[in-house]
Amino acid sequence: MTPGWFDEDAGPVVRPYAMTRGRTRASGEERLDLIALVTALIGGAEELPADVALPGGQGLAPEHAEILYRCRRASESVAELATGLDLPVGVVRVLISDLLETGLVRISRPIPAAQLPDENILREVIDGLRAL
Amino acid sequence: MVSGPSDIAPAVADPLALKILVAGGFGVGKTTLVGAVSEIRSLQTEERLTEAGRPVDDTSGVAAKRTTTVAMDFGRITISDALVLYLFGTPGQERFWFLWDELAQGAIGAVVLADTRRLADSFAAIDFFESRGLPFAVGVNCFDGATRYPPDAVRAALDLDPDIPVVLCDARVRESAREALVAVVEHALRRSAEARTAVT
Repeated sequence: MTPGWFDEDAGPVVRPYAMTRGRTRASGEERLDLIALVTALIGGAEELPADVALPGGQGLAPEHAEILYRCRRASESVAELATGLDLPVGVVRVLISDLLETGLVRISRPIPAAQLPDENILREVIDGLRAL
Repeated sequence: MVSGPSDIAPAVADPLALKILVAGGFGVGKTTLVGAVSEIRSLQTEERLTEAGRPVDDTSGVAAKRTTTVAMDFGRITISDALVLYLFGTPGQERFWFLWDELAQGAIGAVVLADTRRLADSFAAIDFFESRGLPFAVGVNCFDGATRYPPDAVRAALDLDPDIPVVLCDARVRESAREALVAVVEHALRRSAEARTAVT
């Protein structure tokens, strides 16, 4: 390794949005809700297929792989993925939308805001909370 | 598609995700309450300063800085395989209110935590949820050493509608925090039933 002008004390030199190649908005038309659930569509495979390319032609970044790894068995919300990867929500939204466009994840959106949850579901939440 | 259908985990329906907000003034116990009932995590959101705090932040001399980072607490409670409940502690400072709009969208309701020594700190949150018609309950966090007041006295002091639940709680205690959450969901359920009978 060639000695650089900075060392570890300089802290991270890659700003979070570098891994999204400067994109601050996801390509989808609507903003992914914090509680939208993401599920990886890579089955039980621990290894990612090597030839996956994102819409722009780039390969997957380690952070894309980390997202797939985290939601391969059970879905995780956008908020959980952001804390799991220790990245701002905006960055994670862009990364998830890359994976969505590549067909590597499925996203389950919450109930639309205009619609109240069903009364039976609310009763289930009450029972579930009481059983905690 | 990357892998063949046989590699894909059996198609289980995705769980339904719901959320409840935990609001209130600074230091009133929001983080404590979320932590008492779920594994708490901190979420970073980056927001544009033009929306977030233009009147507050003096950015002269830092011309390049256009975003600010806001941290929020949140927790997950798995109710069942089909149901996941997320709790979000709303950022206390009023300059982050634009975040509340997104958080409030689609929420079951909110717990507004209040401290009887500083009741005025919870006015802002109460106004916000009233104006948006989001069901909420007031949880009076009974701090050690603070005088206890009966719920009706708190209700009168906060000028709350008679149907808004007021519960005394200790945000540190799981059962107590849980009851405050149950009060919100029960209130949402009553509201929903009333709306239904009003229509038919």
